[in-house]
Formats: sequence, C-alpha cells, structure tokens
Amino acid sequence: MTATLVNEAGPRPPAASPGASRARRSRRRARVIALLFVLPALLLLGALVVYPVLFSVGRSFFDASGTRFVGGDNYTEMFRDPATLKAIRNTTIWVVVAPALLTGLGLILAVLVEKVRWATAFKLLLFMPMAVSFLAAGIIFRLAYDEDPDKGVLNAAAVSVHDMFQDTSAYPTARARDGQGGLTKASDGAYRTTGTVSPGQSVALGLVGVLPADLPDGTEPAYEAARRTAGADELSGVVYLDFTPGGGGKQGVVDRRENGLPGMKVEAVRAGESVATTTTASDGSFRFDGLDDGAYTVRLPASNFAAPYEGISWLGPTLVTPAIIGAYLWIWTGFAMVLIGAGLSALPRDSLEAARMDGANEWQIFRRITVPLLAPVLTVVFITLVINVMKVFDLVYIIAPGPVQEDATVLATQMWLVSFGGGNNQGLGSALGVLLLLLVIPAMVFNVRRFKRSQR
Amino acid sequence: MMMRRRTTLLTGCTALVLALGATACGGDPVSAGGGDKALDGQTVTVAGVWTGTEQKNFQKVLDAFTEKTGAKTTFVSTGDNVSTVVGSKIEGGNAPDVVMVPQVGVLKQFAQKGWLKPLSATAQKSVDANFAPVWKNYGSVDDTLYGLYFKAAHKSTVWYSPDALTQAGVEPPKSYDDLLKAGRTVSDSGLAAFSVAGQDGWTLTDWFENVYLSQAGPEKYDALATHQLKWTDASVVKALTTLGELFKDKQLIAGGQKGALNTDFPGSVEKVFGPKPEAGMVYEGDFVAGVAKDQFGRKIGEDANFFPFPAVGAGKPPVVSGGDAAVVLKDGKSQKAGMALLEYLATPEAAAVWAEAGGFLSPNKNVDLASYGDDVTRETAKSLVAAGDSVRFDMSDQAPAAFGGTKGAGEWKLLQDFLRDPSDPKGTAAKLEAAAAKAYEGQG
Repeated sequence: MTATLVNEAGPRPPAASPGASRARRSRRRARVIALLFVLPALLLLGALVVYPVLFSVGRSFFDASGTRFVGGDNYTEMFRDPATLKAIRNTTIWVVVAPALLTGLGLILAVLVEKVRWATAFKLLLFMPMAVSFLAAGIIFRLAYDEDPDKGVLNAAAVSVHDMFQDTSAYPTARARDGQGGLTKASDGAYRTTGTVSPGQSVALGLVGVLPADLPDGTEPAYEAARRTAGADELSGVVYLDFTPGGGGKQGVVDRRENGLPGMKVEAVRAGESVATTTTASDGSFRFDGLDDGAYTVRLPASNFAAPYEGISWLGPTLVTPAIIGAYLWIWTGFAMVLIGAGLSALPRDSLEAARMDGANEWQIFRRITVPLLAPVLTVVFITLVINVMKVFDLVYIIAPGPVQEDATVLATQMWLVSFGGGNNQGLGSALGVLLLLLVIPAMVFNVRRFKRSQR
Repeated sequence: MMMRRRTTLLTGCTALVLALGATACGGDPVSAGGGDKALDGQTVTVAGVWTGTEQKNFQKVLDAFTEKTGAKTTFVSTGDNVSTVVGSKIEGGNAPDVVMVPQVGVLKQFAQKGWLKPLSATAQKSVDANFAPVWKNYGSVDDTLYGLYFKAAHKSTVWYSPDALTQAGVEPPKSYDDLLKAGRTVSDSGLAAFSVAGQDGWTLTDWFENVYLSQAGPEKYDALATHQLKWTDASVVKALTTLGELFKDKQLIAGGQKGALNTDFPGSVEKVFGPKPEAGMVYEGDFVAGVAKDQFGRKIGEDANFFPFPAVGAGKPPVVSGGDAAVVLKDGKSQKAGMALLEYLATPEAAAVWAEAGGFLSPNKNVDLASYGDDVTRETAKSLVAAGDSVRFDMSDQAPAAFGGTKGAGEWKLLQDFLRDPSDPKGTAAKLEAAAAKAYEGQG
C-alpha cells in the first residue's frame, strides 16, 4: 500500500488532468482502505479505553446515586477525607521506594548471575514467584507476617533468635492483686513489699495469674513454709500463688491448698540497694541469713515477670506498608532481573573487553560502562514498575488486616473500597480513578516518547 | 451464618473461590419421591449464600419438599454477595424462584426495587401462627410481608470452657457486673477472662449491640438502628463506657488490647477451645459451637457451654439475632411452586428437618424442641423463641454497608480504634455519628 502511495504521489506534470484525477481517486481509496484496516482497533480502543475513561470523568461530577450533578464536590471531598490522604501518602511511598529498589536489586542480581555457573537455574528460581498469583502471594505473606510466632514464620525466626540471647522469665503472667499481698508494683515491673521488714520477721507475698499447669514440676504447697517463724538473724518468707484451684480461698492469706512459686528471684533491698539475693525453694520459701539489723524491703525483680518477646509487629500500623512492599519485591525481583539480564547479554562485549584491557577493575566497569550502556533498559524496567506500582491492589487488600487497612491503603484500594467495597459511592470512586489516571499519565507519556525515539 | 459470611479475610478468599466453584456446579435437580405430587414436573430454583454442610443440610429440607409436592428443586450458591448475583441473574433473564436473603438491608433493597412477590395468604397465615410478630416485622417492607425467616442466629451467647470456670470457682454470671467480677476471678486463676476477636470488626459491633440493647432498651435500639437517634446520644456514650470497662482492663482480655486486635474470629474461639487455652470465655453467636466442635473437637455441652449474655444495669438480658429470610422473586419461572416452597418452609415440619441435622436454629415457635440434636442447641433455640418480641436484629446488619459492614471503615474500624484506646467514649461516639451520617446520606 505504501508503495502504491509513493508511486502515485510522485512528482508528475500537473497538466495531464485525467491522470491527476485518477491519482486523487486512488489516493482516496487508499485512505479508505487504511481506515478500514484501523477501524476494528479504533472501535475496540474506543469502546474499551476511551469511552470508560470519559465516562469515569463524567461520573466523577455526580453524587453517589449518579443522578445529581455536584460539580467538583467529589474532588474537594476526596482531599478532605483522611483515608484518601493516607492513600496518597502511601502510594507516594510505594512509587518512590518499590521501583527504585526493584531496579537496583534486579541490576545487581543480573550482573552477579552472569558470573555464576548455574545461572539458568538461579534465574528460574528467582523468576518463579512471578508465576504465583498476587492473591496467593498475598495469602502466603499474610501468614508469614503473622504476629503470633506459632503462625508467622518471620516472627518465629525473630523470637527464636531473641530467645537465644535472652532467657525467658519464669512467671510472665504473675501479678499481685491491686493493693493486696503487701506488694507494690514499681514502674519497671518489679514488686516490692509496701512496708519494711527487719531480720527476725517473715513475709508472705501473694501473687495471682499463674495457671496451675504452668508451675514447675515438684511445686509444693506453701502453707507449712508460711507458718514457720524466722530465726532472730534471718529474714524469711514465702512467695505463693494466692489462688485456690476451684475457688474458695481467702485473698491475702496462705490457704492450705495454695502453692508456692518456686524459682522466683528475691532480693533484700536496703536504702535502695540490693544487699542479698536468693531464689525460692519448691514450696516458695526463701531466707536471707546474716543480714545486718535494720529496715529492709523485699523485692521481686522485674526479670521474674518479663513478658516473653513477641517478635516484630510486621502488620502493625507503622510497618505494614514496608511489609507489603517486601512481598511485592519477592514477586517482581525475578522480572527485573530477567529483563535487565537480557539487556546485559546484548551489551557490546568489545567495549567491556577494551575497558578490561585498559586496566579498569570490575567496579569501574560496572559503574562506567555497564550501567550507562544499560540505561535504556533500566529506564524501561523502572517506568514499567512505576506504572505497575501505582495500580497495586491485591497485595494491599489481602495482606493488611482489618484494623490497619486504613494505614496500608493506596489509591487503587481506596478507589475500590469507596466505589464498591461498602462505600457504594461511585462518584467519589470515579474521582479517585481520575486522580490515579492523572498520576499515571506522565509515566505513560514518557514511555511513549521513548518508544518513538527508539523507533527512529 | 454471619460468621460464615465474614470470618477472616483468608477464609473469605477461599470461600469466595469455593463459592464460585459451587455456583458453577449448582446442584442437580432432585428426583421426586412420594407425596401428593401436586406440583409434579415443576422445578424450583433456590439461591442462597450457603455452601458446604449448610448447603447439604438445606438440601435435605428441599428433598423433603420434593417428596411432599413432587416439584424438583435446584439450589444455587451465590457466595457472599447475594444482591449482586441475584441482580445480575434477574437482568440476565435467569432469575431464581426463591432467594434466601441473609440480611434485613438486602431484603429491603430487593423489595424497593420491586423484585419481590408478597407472601401468599396461606404463607401469611402460617407466619402469624408460627412466629413472634417481630419476625413478621423484619420480613416486611412498607407493611407488606415479603420475607419468611427460616433460619436464625442467636448472637447473645457467651461461650465458656467449663473447666476454666470450675478451676476459677465461678458460676455463669447473671449481670454485666458479675460478668466482669467473674472475669477478674478467672484472670486471677491464671487464664485471661475473655478472648476478643478485635481483628474482625463485626464481633465488636456485636459486643456493643448486646450492651446497648440491654442498657438502653429496644426502643432506643430500633431508633439507633434506623439512625433516627444520633450516635452522639448519651445512651451510646454510656454503652461505650460500659463496654470500655471491659476493653480497658488488660487482665480481662487475652493478650491485652493489642493481642485482641491481632485475633480474628476463629482465633478467638481457638484461644478458649483450642489445644492451648489462653482464655476462659468468648462472646459470639451460636455459631461458636460449630467452630469449637468442628475445628477443635470439643464436645458441646461438656467441653464447651454457653450462658446468655447477661443483663446490663437494670435492663433485660439482650437477645440479638439475625436470620435468613426466604423470598419469592417476581421474575422467577415457577413462582407458584416457589410460593409453595415458602409455605412449606413456614411449617414446623420443615424446620425440624434441618434441626435434626444440626447447625440450625428456627425462629418458628412451634418447632418441637426435641427435634434439635443436642441440649445446647436446644437451649439456644429455647432462649431465642422465649425472647419473643424482644428479639432485635443485628444493628450493623441493618445499617448501610459503608457504616456497618466494611472492613477497615465505619463502625468496624471505629470500634477497633475504641478497643485500642477505650479512654474517650464521647469522642468515639462523635466519630461514629460522623461516619453514620455520611453512610446513611450516601444510601439516601
């Protein structure tokens, strides 16, 4: 067709009038044929892209029911809603962090993979998450990030590493009843006797909140120990569980069936300083020998009650967005690596060789040769990811638990939630959609321009 | 039911996938048995949210109907979103004859769109004879009766592990104050008192509704449910303060507030009835028994039991409920047979079929309690029927979804915030009012 056009449109003497009209006719025919060829694509594009975009723009000026024209109200409402503002903030974080990280990671991996022997196997492995659907990946990561170490693998790791370096306390749940048991709670979680005691006296320190099943083996009732009187130069006492199984015990008194709390660290404190330390026996009794006369307080240090380390709150309000970005990286790293890897293998080897011959080290080659030569590929990957990140939806929707959903929300989820996920305000939803469109357009324009340039 | 619809996100996703599958396979027409065969040759299509065991048990009811009348039945599972699925089926000219509608709001929406056929005289008579008037009200829109409540949920049951309560030496409490006192004793024994599923907003709305219904009374409850009463009303602040007493007490809630916010509904049941109990009691509807039994192998009545949600202050003990109503669509192909099915479902006989199979409560007061499979279900059914007209439907289900039924928004989210920091009931009430005003206006 082009060939005909060129032939017919070639410079000809204008005098030959029948020839000119024939040329015009055939030119028109060519245009009609061209139009016919483009028509299906135009129709499809019009119906599937242009019309919906225009419809959304129009819809965004109407209220929830779609009958009342509200002008720009949806747009002002949008920027007043704290959830939308959060969505804009989060989308910004996503766009700034995720594509840059991914391109960087992809580049590093691609360069490194080139140098290993099992390159293909390695690439395959990294590329595999791409085959997992976002929904499935979301469910996997929701579990992996679970805060309960029994469920979430990441916290299981965090907790076991932490516990390797720090012992867990014996009675994390134990506590004194408010104003009972003669104990006062200090700000650091330790308990100390409210009054002072001196050698020759004994104390009974009652705690509650420990399950009988959690007591160590061989625990004995504290009743006998509590009845013992202290020798003249010793300070003694008992730490006991002030709760009779099945109820019926008297509060603040060592009842017959109440158990001691063995293995509890006890300190004798004088003038704010710990002068003696001991540990309770199997019936919960303890004794300090050879103390100087004077007033002491007995303290149960906080280490007895330290709550077990609970790991990191991955899906808490602060970490939820980084956590979801992490899941996104897991899926897309392979993509970035393979694309950049393809670009890498197309690099002119001679320039690399030349650099090497000139004595450049690997880092210099990477910085000065590889990266500049790869720049077009890196931009394509980067821009593709930017567009992709703007519309991220499934991961955010699935991974973020209900209470933090608003803290994790991005524009795409917000748009869906507002229009269909309960809000049922498709006017406001369309406004959000238009905002998203406006944000994506610069990246699109950039991409199209680049395409044009590279075609020339 | 409610639970099936909203459990966790994860199960929700799987359920969605399953439901899509189920829609595709539908269910085969059931061949006829004995009976008078008045409707021989007709096929009734029934749509509902049920899948799995519930679908199987409902099929038993449908089979009994087939045996009686000769009409064949097909059950189509719609998955969670009944209104969307049914709407598109009507538009596609493929409307089911009968739909089991799971929410009052959806029933209202269907009626307002003019999709529903009013109940026949026979069915109406049956409703009058067999149900407390409150069920008729909830089935009516603008004084026309469209819906027949076939299956109900009882959402005022506190489930406990008898071991834990015996260990602590407490009896099931009779008042809210006793409940807190019993809870403190349980926590002294080493087990947290309650496990609260704060990750699922709907459990928190149910907590609030029980406290509010009992404390403020049914009239205010109805007014608040229709948003004639503002959420900033003193009664709301009072109910939130009352609820806050429990929420703010770290000893009473397993894992404290943070732990509660990280617990979903199945998790909350696990914390009481699972292999490693962390709490003594969990509040939610009768479906807790199903989870405790199916997932954790507890024997209902022995290892798991319930007491009715206690009265708050001077009020009566609340009975919050919900249910699935059967409606007949105007666009169905065999409406006559559909109406006959509704007439059948209104009878105690139909309810007894599912009651025997288990996992079912009937609001029908003439159902023989002996037909329930176990004592605990019998007790819940008895309490539901005995409550008569004081039964109230789940308030959040009556509200527009943007307020009462959306993850991470509206009432769900605000009550979660309240659980995180219960120090400002007034502020929470103000935020609830703002969200409600917006949602009700949007529904407009």
